[in-house]
Amino acid sequence: MDLKDKLISSFMAFENNVDIEHSVHDVRTEAMKNFELKGFPTKKEEAWKYTSLNSIQKVDFSIFPREENTLEYKDVKKYFLHEIDSYKIVFVDGIYSSYLSETTHDGVDICLMSAALTKPMYKAVIDVYFNKVASKDESLTTLNTAFSREGAYIYIPKNKMPKKPIEIIHFATGNEASILLQPRNLVIVEENAEVQIIERHQSLTSNEVLTNSVTEIFAAKSAIVDYYKIQNDAATASLIDNTYVDQKDKSLVKVHTFSFGGKLTRNNLNFYQNGEYIDSTMKGVTILGDKQHVDHHTLVHHIQPNCESHQDYKSIYGDSSTGVFNGKIIVDKIAQKTNAFQQNNNILVSDKATINSKPQLEIFADDVKCSHGCTIGQLDEDALFYLQSRGIPKKEARALLMYAFANNVLESVRIPELKTRINRLIAKKLGVNLGFDL
Amino acid sequence: MLKIENLHASVEDKEILRGINLEVKAGEVHAIMGPNGSGKSTLASVIAGKEEFEVTEGSVQLEGEDLEETSPEERAHKGVFLSFQYPVEIPGVSVTNFMKTAINESRKARGLEDMPAKDMLKLIREKSEMLEIDRKFLSRSLNQGFSGGEKKRNEIFQMAMLEPKLAILDETDSGLDIDALRIVANGVNKLKSKDNAVIVITHYQRLLDYIVPDFVHVLHNGKIVKSGGKELALELEEKGYDWLKQETAV
Repeated sequence: MDLKDKLISSFMAFENNVDIEHSVHDVRTEAMKNFELKGFPTKKEEAWKYTSLNSIQKVDFSIFPREENTLEYKDVKKYFLHEIDSYKIVFVDGIYSSYLSETTHDGVDICLMSAALTKPMYKAVIDVYFNKVASKDESLTTLNTAFSREGAYIYIPKNKMPKKPIEIIHFATGNEASILLQPRNLVIVEENAEVQIIERHQSLTSNEVLTNSVTEIFAAKSAIVDYYKIQNDAATASLIDNTYVDQKDKSLVKVHTFSFGGKLTRNNLNFYQNGEYIDSTMKGVTILGDKQHVDHHTLVHHIQPNCESHQDYKSIYGDSSTGVFNGKIIVDKIAQKTNAFQQNNNILVSDKATINSKPQLEIFADDVKCSHGCTIGQLDEDALFYLQSRGIPKKEARALLMYAFANNVLESVRIPELKTRINRLIAKKLGVNLGFDL
Repeated sequence: MLKIENLHASVEDKEILRGINLEVKAGEVHAIMGPNGSGKSTLASVIAGKEEFEVTEGSVQLEGEDLEETSPEERAHKGVFLSFQYPVEIPGVSVTNFMKTAINESRKARGLEDMPAKDMLKLIREKSEMLEIDRKFLSRSLNQGFSGGEKKRNEIFQMAMLEPKLAILDETDSGLDIDALRIVANGVNKLKSKDNAVIVITHYQRLLDYIVPDFVHVLHNGKIVKSGGKELALELEEKGYDWLKQETAV
């Protein structure tokens, strides 16, 4: 049985375990119909031209874990930003781990999607927001919607800001030979409220993992959202991340994506500017080796006038790794005075590495500033010589230059401990000790 | 200290140095002058070991040791320093961190432990004061957004930190106003000793008023066409290079 058929038959089993009378289930059923119709995307589709899901579909994934698995905090501590205090929403093989988590209902809701989707007190909010910005026809998003049951639910009321950042971590224990995880997150940040979120997916063994995640973010007027995605997973773990952001007037949303590992990573990051004076920022640092593959697909839809968007993706590809950057910017006819910037710079440090970079601008307004730039190159030989002539060995000099190349993306990281952590990850990924904390 | 014999070097099959002979002893200051395109910067890069240049004939020896198979970093560890005409910008790496890395890599090559942080701070303070460099400057990203003069001063600061045996200053005077020139030259003079040597590459005599050379060499078409004492620099300043070009053509 192929994966699509298995998913279709699993849906019936899934229905035995959820409240099919709840309005959310109508949404699931509609979504399932769409997935049945479309199936997994193929390379024939323009958006999937450079990323193949064929080999993934041959894996016999468990759709639901057979049993609840537990982890000891000391064994997974290093995956948390443990230098600082944080709220934690932790899942083990897709199941919420109350033992590893720290949630709250004190003025803000930092808790579980399963609660939000079932308890009557959340119904009003769910009816307004659930599946409202996520695509209703993109097949993998609808696959996630069909099976949506668990994930993080974050609701920050007007003028509020949680006391500390929120970490959302998904662990895969390897107790299943291979597992499919489909977390569903909903983040609602009301007027003038603020939140910082760090998300991570971590497989703890070399067993195969496929995560098909959907996150919906709603930023109301003047809201501020900082979302950090750390993708440094095992070589047998693949991630399809579908993130949808709905922004209202004067809101400020930044998504940073750090892609340092995993077998196949696809980031579908979509911003919809439903208001004026909005700022949307997408930043990415990608450092890959081996046969890893990352595909960054971004979309910014400028729907109203006077908004800005900033995209800055820096990537370093080594060994036989492959990368894709596809940045789409749509500026509607009424979206005058739009400022849209897009930058994608790539360094290939191996002859076998490849990158496909494609800016895609559709501009229907006439008074806008849009710029895009894309570079693909090697390390600057003059710069390398400069560092070597100061006594820095070639390997370290290369690492230092690669670090410098990726660095400006880190400047906008607003959690200092996270910045330090990312710096160290970069140094480790580049395989050198630079002799100081960058 | 440095002995260059019949040095020929090419880049992409184009010969730039065509038989250079030069000997620099410890305690000496040599100036290399010459018109644009004569090969001055190439000579500096070849001594420092830039791989882009291929040495096709002859040799460069440092303290009796042939440098042919020696990488730029190994040359640095042996005490060669090149002050760049165009220092490279490295965003995200502060001047201080860069110097820490450079110094500790050199120490590692000599089998020494990292320099203790306390000593490093003291050294940085001492050398930055000597070159009248603001402490804030040291936490800025290396060369990024530096003015021409700041870049050159920073090069000499690095030289002061690394205390090389042989320092090559490639057009360190370009982009400097007269005050900055004086500070930089004073710095170089303070670092001079009977145990080290300096090669100053310049277009103009101006810098040589401050860093007084023992010998002046004129490079033209990849060869040293004339050598003399410091008065040769004055003569060049007065007459330009044309008379020399004619003289060598004859």
